[in-house]
Amino acid sequence: MQAAASWGGKRILGLLVFVFIAFIAGGCSSGISDTRKAPGEQLVTVWHWMTDRQAGLEELGKRYTEKTGVKVNFELYAPSDAYTQKVRAAAHGQNLPDIFGILAEKRDFASFIKAGHVADLTSYVDADGGKWRERFFPKALAVNEFLPSNSFGVKAGIYGVPIDVSTIQMVFNKDLLKQIGGNPEKPPVTFDEFLALGPKIKGAGLQGLVSGWAEIWMIDCLANNYAFNIMGKDKVMSTLRGEVPYTDPDWIRVFGLFKKMQDSGILANGIVTMINKTSEQLFANGKAVFAFNGSWGVNVYKNMNPNLNYGVMLPPKASEKYPMAVWGGAGSSFLVSERSKNKEETIKFLEWLTDRDQQAYLSEVTNNLPANKECLTVIPGPLAQFADDMDFTTHPNTWDVSEFPAVTEAFNKGIQRIILGEKTPEQIGREVQEVKERELAKNNKQQ
Amino acid sequence: MKIKSVLENYLFILPAVTIFLIFYIIPFIWVFQLGFYDWNGIDLSKSFVGVANFKEVLVQDPSWWQSVLNAGYITIIALIFQNILAFLLAVACDREIRLKNFYRLVFFIPPVLSEIVVGMAWKFIINDIDGANIVNRMFISMGLSQWAHNWLSDPKTALTTVALVHCWKGFGWGFLIFLAGLQTIPKELYEAARVDGANAWHSFKHITIPMMVPVIALVGILTILGSMQAFVLIMGLVGGEFAGHTSVPVLRILASMQGSSRFGYACTQGIVFGVILMMVSFIQYRFSKKRA
Repeated sequence: MQAAASWGGKRILGLLVFVFIAFIAGGCSSGISDTRKAPGEQLVTVWHWMTDRQAGLEELGKRYTEKTGVKVNFELYAPSDAYTQKVRAAAHGQNLPDIFGILAEKRDFASFIKAGHVADLTSYVDADGGKWRERFFPKALAVNEFLPSNSFGVKAGIYGVPIDVSTIQMVFNKDLLKQIGGNPEKPPVTFDEFLALGPKIKGAGLQGLVSGWAEIWMIDCLANNYAFNIMGKDKVMSTLRGEVPYTDPDWIRVFGLFKKMQDSGILANGIVTMINKTSEQLFANGKAVFAFNGSWGVNVYKNMNPNLNYGVMLPPKASEKYPMAVWGGAGSSFLVSERSKNKEETIKFLEWLTDRDQQAYLSEVTNNLPANKECLTVIPGPLAQFADDMDFTTHPNTWDVSEFPAVTEAFNKGIQRIILGEKTPEQIGREVQEVKERELAKNNKQQ
Repeated sequence: MKIKSVLENYLFILPAVTIFLIFYIIPFIWVFQLGFYDWNGIDLSKSFVGVANFKEVLVQDPSWWQSVLNAGYITIIALIFQNILAFLLAVACDREIRLKNFYRLVFFIPPVLSEIVVGMAWKFIINDIDGANIVNRMFISMGLSQWAHNWLSDPKTALTTVALVHCWKGFGWGFLIFLAGLQTIPKELYEAARVDGANAWHSFKHITIPMMVPVIALVGILTILGSMQAFVLIMGLVGGEFAGHTSVPVLRILASMQGSSRFGYACTQGIVFGVILMMVSFIQYRFSKKRA
């Protein structure tokens, strides 16, 4: 009896040791071993965060497998914050998949490249006289490009390809604009025309401009649009380089536009605590006349209210001196891992994915703007209106210099405080400049 | 034979110890180590900056201390309102009242709901976008229209509103722990006090409260830890830091990590925050022990 118990105890002990060793060995193995890969089969693994595009991408993956025999595995990780953390962790563990995207500023993109995680695609994009390059909207490709003069210390080249693009503009509800006495075919073009609608909107018991300004990057976006319009790109870039202070009268004018909007009543109640999803609901439900939103909103509005009668417009210009600019060109891009074991096959797949037919299909099923400009002729309705303004687009990821995050935060929160009536444009100009000088000093010390 | 037996014992606890090491001790050491480095979370190399991050957190980052003050304010509101409410309801449910099991169930619903769901639901209830909010309508229908207000969009009321919703969300935990504590007090003590002529108030003051001090201390510490670390509810209610008015330490740490890609600095903030929490909890513990 005792011998049997001892034998049982040894078996349990043996089992425990086995489980423990298996656990440790499992923990040491590569993070992306895929059991779905049959021996000899080629597999391309793609990580992304785009919930709305998963079905379309999977369908394209199937088509590619039928065509070439190469299996494509799209792995969706959402929400985007979780995805970002996963990619960073994988980069640190050097087990990134064949294709991945990064949701970050140009500075972080540069860090990925400098750490050797991203393949240089320049020779592929420029092969055959630049056939692949020619497919894309130049600004969409520029997001993935580092110029020889870049301040990030990255070797000049193209490090990713866009699969779709977006622009962030204003949309207006044609029916509501008519209701308050406006012309639904001629939305306001100048800032004064826009402000003049504020009292009429309030009088009609409607909301004016809605946008996700609790997510402060959208404030940054509109403020930069107006900075380009008032002082031009060169002066904005000089500010980023620390050569022009935020106390400059042109910047004070930019800050002042938000005060004017608030004073005129054109901004929706509670816009500073409004997330973009709420703003999309309000606009889709016909409660707000204007929304500042990206081209992704076309799909959202279509799902929320298929009968919504709306148009797309550039933000009303505040100055005649320089053209109005809108953030755009940057959409979703895919990068190839430098450590991919089947890099050539991966790049061939990306080339196929960005071809006209695949891009048209993706645009049709997801209502996103394609990165391939040859598809423009097949884009319907409001999406085409977003695409029309591609010439006005700019994006921080295409600039060769970027602002310090602390300055951007002070800038955006400062505008929130102007809207709340807590600070004046001049006070915010001074506060942002103080942060800028502190960051410049810190940067100089580190160098 | 004895050595074999000892080895066997150690082997049995080895998996648990390994998991504890991998998921608790090593990450803690790494976080502490990273606090002395400047690292963006991507580069393979990190640059050693000594105590510069600590210096920045402690003396050069006013937004950090503002966030600590905001969290402290939420915590004080929770310690007072949430715990008093939880205690009184627990006392009520400890008596022989009708539907007491129903009340116990209802009071425990808020804590089991997701914080983001509670945030979104309360945002709908006190939503101030188009005057449709339920609370304001109630005030108006009661003839108190002067009380109708943009609760979440006004910097003067946003943090208090967040704190009160946090109390609503959290009082169920305290209620449950208080109720369990009340049920451990021997009934004979109350009977003896009644024989000696003590009324309900005297019994409450001289029996219930002293016997409950250790439980009150426990609930107090849990409230401090939970309230100081609240952030999901804030995201649901006001979408973020609201120009700094609803900023709390966890949101600042996230901003450093994701917004600014300063992982080293975020780790330093985490360490400083951990020390603050330990100090506050220790003071609370010592104070309660003295009272007991």
